[in-house]
Amino acid sequence: MGVLFLVVTAGIVLYMMVQGLRYIRPELFVTSPSAGFTESQTGGFLDPLMGTIIVALMAMAIALPIGIGVAVWLSEYARPFALARLVESAVEMLAGSPSIVFALFGVLIFQSPAMGFFSRTTGDGVVYGRSFFAAAAMLSLVAFPLIVANVREGLQAIPGHVREAAYSVGKTKIATTRRVLLPAARPSVVTGAMLGVGRVIGDTAIIVLLLGATLRFNAPGDIPVLDTLRGTGSTLTSFVYQNAPTGEANQPTKAYAAGFVLLTMVLILNALVDIAVRRGRRLSWGS
Amino acid sequence: MGFMTPPPVRRLPLSGGPEPAVVNGNGNGAASSFTSSPRRAARPSALALERMRVEDLSIAYGPKLAVDSVSLPIRQGEVLALIGPSGCGKTTLLRSLNRLTELTKGTSMKGRITLDDEDIGTLEPTGLRRRVTMVFQQPNPFPMSVFDNIAFVLREQASRRPKRAALKDGVHDALVRAGLYDEVAADLSHPALRLSGGQQQRLCIARALAADPEVLLLDEPCSALDPQSTQVIEDLITQLREELAVVIVTHNLQQAHRIADHVAFMYLGELVEYGSADQVFHEPREQRTKEYLSGAFG
Repeated sequence: MGVLFLVVTAGIVLYMMVQGLRYIRPELFVTSPSAGFTESQTGGFLDPLMGTIIVALMAMAIALPIGIGVAVWLSEYARPFALARLVESAVEMLAGSPSIVFALFGVLIFQSPAMGFFSRTTGDGVVYGRSFFAAAAMLSLVAFPLIVANVREGLQAIPGHVREAAYSVGKTKIATTRRVLLPAARPSVVTGAMLGVGRVIGDTAIIVLLLGATLRFNAPGDIPVLDTLRGTGSTLTSFVYQNAPTGEANQPTKAYAAGFVLLTMVLILNALVDIAVRRGRRLSWGS
Repeated sequence: MGFMTPPPVRRLPLSGGPEPAVVNGNGNGAASSFTSSPRRAARPSALALERMRVEDLSIAYGPKLAVDSVSLPIRQGEVLALIGPSGCGKTTLLRSLNRLTELTKGTSMKGRITLDDEDIGTLEPTGLRRRVTMVFQQPNPFPMSVFDNIAFVLREQASRRPKRAALKDGVHDALVRAGLYDEVAADLSHPALRLSGGQQQRLCIARALAADPEVLLLDEPCSALDPQSTQVIEDLITQLREELAVVIVTHNLQQAHRIADHVAFMYLGELVEYGSADQVFHEPREQRTKEYLSGAFG
């Protein structure tokens, strides 16, 4: 059974690697996708690649501080008890929800007039509701439970006497958390963040529904960065989705190339998690 | 601290390390097996200065009474050893001295503890814990460099100021007092968790001293260490008692015999016997003390 599993996994990775290496060209990284009749005319995946990086950064910018905050609260404070249990199950529920549900909910929220700032509005006041802001906000929900779970686990692995040692030289709980506990839990923070990024860059549903999955960044506007983020775009996942043999564009060579890049990114993230975990194990206390 | 010049401490070399903690009972009252281990001179208690006083202290975890109306003085210039079998309340008593007990849920406390005649219950816990610092059973340096471990204590809460350069002297002094400086001077940016166990524990002592405390609490500080490190730390403790009051919890009767000036024997939360080390070890008044010292239980 284990061998079969290994063969299947290795088969997928190897097949994607071989196909990816066959079709990948340096110029794919630096040219934007465009409309065309042959594959030589349709450009590369510069915009989707940038899109992947942008949503990952934005989603983590939201999920990381809140996730660490919630993890610290759950691990170090957790009062009142009932609220802590409630928050705990809410986080677990987020972890178990399919991302398409977040996407649907995001559409509902970001199309409301109050959220007009975060996407573009037509002349007659209809809020488009699809933008990097909208996608990143919902993608942060995908990364959030992984960050909370890992940081919390890291904090709880710190023996109680380490906290008491800090209290015993007159440190407050906040100072102890900031200077002793969080630095000690850094490998777990890195692990949570990396796993979160992995989930974010691999998500397709939210991108298709909330980022618009447009080939190019779509933001004719006056303010350079802000209007790009308020506009639509795509990521490598939606690019693969659209170019897969079953998709509309049917350019499998580009799908393979983009899939290869995506897979490589995820594999690198996994390697980083491994390094973080190993480094964390090297330096710690007896219990 | 204006403590008068202490008489020179006569140090006897310890051969090898401490003997095993198990005391073989010979059935005739006080054990003689560890009285053969060398002991530095007991200090005349006239020089000792009372810093803390425990008055009729009782501490309970929920319904379970851990410390039962204990009263004793804690003096600067001497080492007080709390001995007794596991679960006798000695660690709880120690932890109550800097109000660590109150961090455990469900703890209730009766009685009074004073520090220089002030009720510690009325003091700010953070301020109190800088005056009464503690070293734990497991070496637990913070996950940062040797320098930063001390600097963190010298700085205000989570602040990053004053800068390193301004704290050099303070860090140096603390490491010298803990007898660690020469070993770590070459690289103060070395991660503290990479030091040996004995060095880590001395760093923890240095850290506890950096707050410039009046009382130093030690909770079985040598139980996780090898005999050589134990001896180094015992030497250190006997030096430190000149400047501050030292309270040590220990399971190791030889250790208590070697370094304590006063001994408090606790059993089931009660303070059974308190007296000078000579008296408790050689002429115990209570039957239970005799039995414990002879290895009848514990």
